[in-house]
Amino acid sequence: MTTTRRDFLATALTAAGAAATPGMTAHQHDHEHEHQAVPSDFALRVKSLESLLVEKGLVDRAALDALVDAYEHKIGPRNGARVVARAWADPSYKRRLLTDADSAIAELGYGGMQGEHMVVVENTPAVHNIVVCTLCSCYPWPVLGLPPVWYKSAPYRSRAVIDPRGVLREFGLQLPETVEVRVWDSTAELRYLVLPERPAGSEKLSEEELAALVTRDSMVGVGNAIPPGQEARS
Amino acid sequence: MNGVHDMGGMHGMGPIQPEKNEPVFHAPWEGRLFALRRAAGAWRKWNIDTTRHEVELVPPAEYLRLSYFARQFVAFLETLVKSGLVTSTEIETGTPAAGQPKLNPPLTAEKAAELVAKGVPTSRDVKVAARFQTGQRVRARNMHPVGHTRLPRYVRGKTGVVHRDHGVFVFPDTNAHFLGENPQHVYSVRFAARELWGQQAAPLDSVYVDMWDDYLDAA
Repeated sequence: MTTTRRDFLATALTAAGAAATPGMTAHQHDHEHEHQAVPSDFALRVKSLESLLVEKGLVDRAALDALVDAYEHKIGPRNGARVVARAWADPSYKRRLLTDADSAIAELGYGGMQGEHMVVVENTPAVHNIVVCTLCSCYPWPVLGLPPVWYKSAPYRSRAVIDPRGVLREFGLQLPETVEVRVWDSTAELRYLVLPERPAGSEKLSEEELAALVTRDSMVGVGNAIPPGQEARS
Repeated sequence: MNGVHDMGGMHGMGPIQPEKNEPVFHAPWEGRLFALRRAAGAWRKWNIDTTRHEVELVPPAEYLRLSYFARQFVAFLETLVKSGLVTSTEIETGTPAAGQPKLNPPLTAEKAAELVAKGVPTSRDVKVAARFQTGQRVRARNMHPVGHTRLPRYVRGKTGVVHRDHGVFVFPDTNAHFLGENPQHVYSVRFAARELWGQQAAPLDSVYVDMWDDYLDAA
């Protein structure tokens, strides 16, 4: 078992490209040659694995296609934006969302994998919330889709808990010390969605127009909703 | 395990690099791998905690060097072989071993849609007494299990307050190693930022960590 583990890693890593952080490790020099051939090789290895699993009858290609299609085309941050817009437009919905997020989100038809147990936290003039998963990359898929690379990467995961204000500055948000910053580390199976503050000047907008102001970053807590009239900048 | 995956509070990882108009998958293989892991998972030979632990076992230098999906690929190969679903020879040759009947995949396209829509809840509807109440002061245990745990190093030994009881959930530390679900209460525990990081932290700030009963003592 121990030998297969090492062989396996050796084989897998020969192909493993996509360096997360160039210059991070002493291995870089050793692997330099392999790196150049990486992208196609890696693609080939996954293709070969898929063929093997299909041939053995372990997986069904139609199921694979359905899964890719769901997360590439159907599930994404526009779902979460609709939840936020409804909460801004309807105070009783907002109350339900903050007290029983699962059923409130299900009212709009969303839920499922990696969003089985949802919690929504509200930004106010006095409180700013930011979500991270320091241990891996937990993220509320049904409302935000799959996480962006920066959310899964070491710089964000390491610093969000120790220096949230520095992280927020990097995203362009400067918060005064009078605002309380709450960091939510997704260490269990609860998945967090930030309800951003409703921007000033949005009072007369329809729910659909409101949803256009809600960015993915604002629902992770590393941004604010867009002021009306500035949507093109999102 | 005290692995490099447990990176809350570490320094030196560089700037955050958001990408404009980022695609869901940067190459088709990332999507195929994402789907393969879910489809093979339907055999129920492992659970979500097993797969997380397998990623933690990627050697630290490689863990940091590899992209998210590259790490997942390495871990997935390990998981497949350990589960007995495939052999390392089959992976090396890309060909099924001779004389094996072809199986019927448990995850059809229809079941995939159901999986996406319903997920795999890890809460358990069993009566387990809660060891702590909302508002109670608690201390995270100073423990260093070599196996899987969801207790980050940066809270161990620190004192916080129970903010909310989320109910009863499967316990990852045992579930990852097939030692039982051991369902117990999970709490959102609020730690003052200064309790965790000292005077350099802003006075009002805090970190909320979701913690199982077995991670906590009364303080």
